[in-house]
Amino acid sequence: MTSSPENHRDALTGKVAELLERYNKTGIAVTADTDLSADLDIDSVSAMDLIMEIEDHFDIDIPVNMAADIRKVGDLVAVVEQQLGG
Amino acid sequence: MDIFEKYRGLIARHDRMLEAAGDPFNVCMERLISPTEAIIDGKRTILFGTNNYLGLTFDPHCIEQSAAAVREQGTGTTGSRIANGTYKSHRDLETEIAGYLGKRTALVFSTGYQANLGTLVGLAGPDDIILIDADSHASIYDGCKLTGATVIRFRHNNPADLDKRLARIENKEQVKLVVVEGIYSMFGDMAPIAEFVDVKKRHGAFLMVDEAHSFGVSGDHGRGVAEAEGVEADVDFVVGTFSKSLGAIGGYAASDHPDFDTLRFVSRPYMFTASPSPATAASVRAALECMRDRPELRTRLWENARRIHQGLEALGFETCSPASPIIALRMSDEVAALTAWRRLLDHGIYVNLAVPPGTPNGVCLLRCSVSAAHSNAQIDEILRRFGEVASEILTVADAG
Ligand SMILES: Cc1ncc(COP(=O)(O)O)c(C=O)c1O
Repeated sequence: MTSSPENHRDALTGKVAELLERYNKTGIAVTADTDLSADLDIDSVSAMDLIMEIEDHFDIDIPVNMAADIRKVGDLVAVVEQQLGG
Repeated sequence: MDIFEKYRGLIARHDRMLEAAGDPFNVCMERLISPTEAIIDGKRTILFGTNNYLGLTFDPHCIEQSAAAVREQGTGTTGSRIANGTYKSHRDLETEIAGYLGKRTALVFSTGYQANLGTLVGLAGPDDIILIDADSHASIYDGCKLTGATVIRFRHNNPADLDKRLARIENKEQVKLVVVEGIYSMFGDMAPIAEFVDVKKRHGAFLMVDEAHSFGVSGDHGRGVAEAEGVEADVDFVVGTFSKSLGAIGGYAASDHPDFDTLRFVSRPYMFTASPSPATAASVRAALECMRDRPELRTRLWENARRIHQGLEALGFETCSPASPIIALRMSDEVAALTAWRRLLDHGIYVNLAVPPGTPNGVCLLRCSVSAAHSNAQIDEILRRFGEVASEILTVADAG
């Protein structure tokens, strides 16, 4: 990709936010700072489903160990970025 | 900050539950009458959620053997297997389990939960990759955590998804261990183990199967789903429990791997806990004999399961899988499930209430389990009483 790392990350955040829409019941604006549990009310069970959708979409694995540390959308994007990097 | 602060949300949810239905997770069996009946809240209640698949908890032979062992060997071993806690009875039990399963080596653990912890942590370490079914039991998740391995979940009962994930990590040299169960504890659905065997062979991975709910239940000899599917030799590690079909407590792990005994000096959940009591070891051996010599128990179990499954569906309940000794009824939400659970208990039927996060996909269930010891009269009663509350339960479910 020719875009800068920042653009790349913004694009990833946009895509992840899109995948999150289904969980965004109150229709808040999803940013890197959005907390999955506190702001979107995603519980541990839904979080596992969400992770699987993201894995499928990007064709990556997000190991349970890494998923445990994800609190905010930004954390999730960082993990996706890392796993895409191989 | 208070140490329990992190649980405020859960405590509030629990309090709401208490108010609505009493405590579904703290039911007291005041007196046991038989494998299928007990006094609860002073009332005679049919037990329809106990995992007592073969109904052996009151089997005279098991009780006699167990009582004799207490008299001869005492009430407890007061030590771990690596210290003073290995009795001849543990060795004999391990030999018998290995023989029954046709595996080279078997190890006995103090619970089924520890059998999973101990096997996983004995097999895998921080440099390895474990791939587990998304709906795995808590003991598998917890065991994985203990290993420090990279843990990847694949979609429930989906060999194609496992295949895809193994392909993704194809070029990694790490050891890969795949973990599935035989029959899943919540829905009672069966793993396609033969297909998983194909996948794991193709990718050079190891396969561990937890037959907790299928030991004594599936296969011509009750050795589990791998036996039923004819692929036992390709299962590298098999784990199981004594707490369900065998009516006792404890667990086992067995394998043909020549180094499997290594677990005895590397697996902490095996090493640092007291060994099963002599009474337990004795009743398990007796129960294994029953399992071997009385195949009609298994026939009866499945007849009962099919009859009840059919009966409950006819009443309008939504089941979660084809007939098996675990029959899960889907409820619309937690309130509906709680209400239904309470109504059934008031009508003298005990089932398990299962709600998230203990259930797959966040569903709320009435989890029923069938026993070979349920008599025809009891099954009639179970169906009659479910029928009595059905209109009420199902209305609640629809309203939700
Ligand atoms: C799939 C599975 N594995 C392991 C266990 C643990 O067994 P135990 O109750 O003997 O500790 C259970 C049940 O509790 C289970 O459902």
